[in-house]
Amino acid sequence: MVSRLTRRTALMASLAAIAGALVARNAFATADQAKEWLGGLAKGTPKDGKVALKAPEIAENGNAVPLTVSVESEMSDKSYVKALYIAADGNPNPGVAIYEFTPLSGKAEVQMRIRLAQTQKLVAVAEMNDGTLYTASREVKVTIGGCGG
Amino acid sequence: MSDDIKPRLRVPTTAKKGEVVEVKTLITHPMETGQRKDSDGKLVPRLIVSSLAVTYNDKPVLNVTLEPAIAANPYLSFFVKVEESGTLKFKWTDDNKQSWTAESKIEVA
Repeated sequence: MVSRLTRRTALMASLAAIAGALVARNAFATADQAKEWLGGLAKGTPKDGKVALKAPEIAENGNAVPLTVSVESEMSDKSYVKALYIAADGNPNPGVAIYEFTPLSGKAEVQMRIRLAQTQKLVAVAEMNDGTLYTASREVKVTIGGCGG
Repeated sequence: MSDDIKPRLRVPTTAKKGEVVEVKTLITHPMETGQRKDSDGKLVPRLIVSSLAVTYNDKPVLNVTLEPAIAANPYLSFFVKVEESGTLKFKWTDDNKQSWTAESKIEVA
């Protein structure tokens, strides 16, 4: 009897843990979802390099975190950055922004302010005009989350 | 509400031929994420500025797609290569297809 009770309790506890994990997955994007979002936009396997993410290591207020993303490119008619996809893996939605450049952009460097719900990793993928992909990521620690909280 | 929405620009008025100039833009907008609840506990529907299109002399320079992860009063800065005098035009569009425009002239000395 005693063993049965403990088994039931153990079962209940594990079920609760699974339910909790499911709820958590629904509320916040995971690294996989961020990857999926990026993969749906940029087809192929990105290489490391060329992309630089600049953001504070610790953001006190997740409501407006300054972010600068730059991509090494001469931005000429022959060779330029076609698109830049930015994702965050700990927000309710993985997408942050998509930039589509032309050679007229002159320099593939952009600045924005973003919302971060919690400490998480930012990932950027750059797509060159010849189809090659480059990526970079950076973790930002968030003290106060920026999600209507 | 929409009366409060105003674009703001910081663009140099002169440039050298071929110069890459920095452009700073901001539009006052609450960027409702669709995640927030009001005082009655109801979800406030998503309403964000979802795109910004930039052209120079009507040639495309940059298109930005914004997601709810962009902070309220979206501030975006980027670069434009200036080969000749002209007009830089900006157009922001929100989820309801309402749009706001702004423009700025650049003189090539």
